[in-house]
Amino acid sequence: MTAETFDELVENFELFDDWEERYRYVIDLGKQMPDFPEALKTDATLVEGCVSRVWLEEKVTGEGPEAVIEFSGDSDAFIVKGLIAVLQKLFSGQTAQHILETDVSKELSRLDLSAHLSPQRSNGLNSMVGRIRGYAELQS
Amino acid sequence: MYDIDAIRDDFPATKLEVHGKPLIYLDNGASAQKPRRVIDCVTRTYESEYANVHRGLHHLSNLATENYEAARGVVQKFLGAAHEDEIIFTRGSTESINLAMYSWLEPRIKEGDEIILTTMEHHANIVPWHFMRERYGAKLIWVDPDVNGDISAEAIGAAITDRTVLVAVTQMSNVLGSVVDVKRVTELAHDAGAAVMVDGSQGAVHLPVDVAEIGCDFYAITGHKLYGPSGCGALYAKRARHEEMRPWHGGGDMIRHVRKDEVTYNVAPHKFEAGTPPIAQVIGMAEAIRYMQDVGMEAIAEHEHDLRDYTAERLAGLNWLHVQGQSKTKGAIFSFTMEGAHAHDISTVLDRYGVAVRAGHHCCQPLMDHLGVTATCRASFGMYNNRADADVLVQSLEKARMLFE
Repeated sequence: MTAETFDELVENFELFDDWEERYRYVIDLGKQMPDFPEALKTDATLVEGCVSRVWLEEKVTGEGPEAVIEFSGDSDAFIVKGLIAVLQKLFSGQTAQHILETDVSKELSRLDLSAHLSPQRSNGLNSMVGRIRGYAELQS
Repeated sequence: MYDIDAIRDDFPATKLEVHGKPLIYLDNGASAQKPRRVIDCVTRTYESEYANVHRGLHHLSNLATENYEAARGVVQKFLGAAHEDEIIFTRGSTESINLAMYSWLEPRIKEGDEIILTTMEHHANIVPWHFMRERYGAKLIWVDPDVNGDISAEAIGAAITDRTVLVAVTQMSNVLGSVVDVKRVTELAHDAGAAVMVDGSQGAVHLPVDVAEIGCDFYAITGHKLYGPSGCGALYAKRARHEEMRPWHGGGDMIRHVRKDEVTYNVAPHKFEAGTPPIAQVIGMAEAIRYMQDVGMEAIAEHEHDLRDYTAERLAGLNWLHVQGQSKTKGAIFSFTMEGAHAHDISTVLDRYGVAVRAGHHCCQPLMDHLGVTATCRASFGMYNNRADADVLVQSLEKARMLFE
C-alpha cells in the first residue's frame, strides 16, 4: 500500500481499524525507506533530544522563502524511522515558506495515530520537526 | 502471609486504566506509586497541620515541627541509624550525594586522591565525583560487574589503595538489580582509611537496611521511590563525620547567629538543612515508611524475590529477548533488549497494552557502554506488583515482537 503524498497516506490510514495496524504501517514505511549511508551518521546529523538515535540530513535548493528543502534520515528505532518517513511525505521537497506555514500537529492528527504519536510526547517527533523548521527558518 | 490483594487495594494507581487496558505499572525503579495512607497524610498535613517548621511558637508551627521531627525518628529507625541527628533531610538522593560531596569530601580532596565507584552507578553517584576529578584532579577508579552483573566486595577491595579517599557504591543497581555486599565493602574500605558512600535509592526500597550494621559513613535515600512524595529524601551521615562536614547551603535554620561580620552555625542535622525544607513531603515519606514497616520489609523482600524468580523464568522462555544481568541475588529489576527492535519501540508498544516500562539509558551511561548497548527497556517491580503483572508483560512482549517482525 504505497503512498506518494501525505494526503494519500491519510487515505491509507483511514482504512485501518486498530492501532496495531497503524503502527505496523508506520514501521513498514520506515523499513521501505532507502538506506541512509553510515557515513552520514555524524554528530552534525544527529538529532538531540530523542530516546532513540535519530539522524537527519537536509539538502537545500535555491534561496529565500522559496528554497526547497529535502531531507532523508534514519533511526535505530522502527517506529521513529517510520515517523521520519511520515515527515518526509509531509515536508520533504517543500519550500521553506510552506514548511513554516504548516500546522504540524493538525496535519499529523489526520493520521489518527492517537495522542501517543503527537509532537508533545518525547518520542523524537518534536525534535525532528524542530530541526526541519529550524532549517526552513534559516532560509527565510 | 503477604496479602497482595489487600496491598493492591491500598494503592489507587493499581486501579487505573490506560488506552482502555488495566495499568501494569513496572516503572518502580524510576518512581513508585503512592498508597492511600500517604496521599491522605499529605492532604491532612496541608489541610490542618501545616506551617513552617522550627520558627513559629504558634500551634500550627509546633504541630508541623513535631510531625517533621517525628519523621526524622521514623527514618532513623528505618535505616537503623544510632542517632536521630544522623538523618539529614534533603530533596532526594541526588541532593544527598551532592551534600556529602560538597560538605565532606570537597574540603579534604587533594590532587591524585582516588574515588572508587562501580560501573553500574546511577549518574547521581557519578557526576558529583566527576566534579572532584575536573576541579581538583582526583582520580576515578571504576570497578566493572562480572558477566552475571555481580560486583563482589573483594573486586572493589582490590581497587583500594593508600590514595583511596572514598568508595561510592550502590546497594542495588537500578538497571541490573544486582546487590552489592556494602557491609563487606565498608570493612575493606575502612581498613584502608577510606570512607564509604552508599546509594540506597533502590536498596532501601527492596531490602531491609541497617546502616549501623553496614558501618558506612553515608547512605542516601529518596522519598519518591519509597512510595512517598517526590521532592524529599535523606542523607544518613555517621556522627563521627559530622565534625568534618562543613555547611553547604547557607540560609535560614542552619545558623545560630548571623552578624555583619560573623556567622555561627546550628548543630547537625539542622546545620545541613538550610531554608524551608520539603515539610509535607518529609512527613509523607515517613508515613510511606510506616506503611512499608507495617507490611514488613522482610515480607516485601520475600514477595519481590518470588516475583523476580517467576519473572526471570517467564522471560527466559523468550529466546529473542536478552535480559541484562543474571545475578542470583538481584532485585526484581529486568533490563532487556530485543533482537531487531529498539527499546523505544518496545516501550511505545507495551504502553498500548497498558504496560509501563522505562526505555533509555536509565541515567547509567557508563553501564550502557560497558554492556555495549545504547539503551534498554526496564521492567522494575514494586511491593504492589503480582505474578499476573509479569504474565501481562510477557504476553505484551510476544505481541510486540509480532508487530516488529
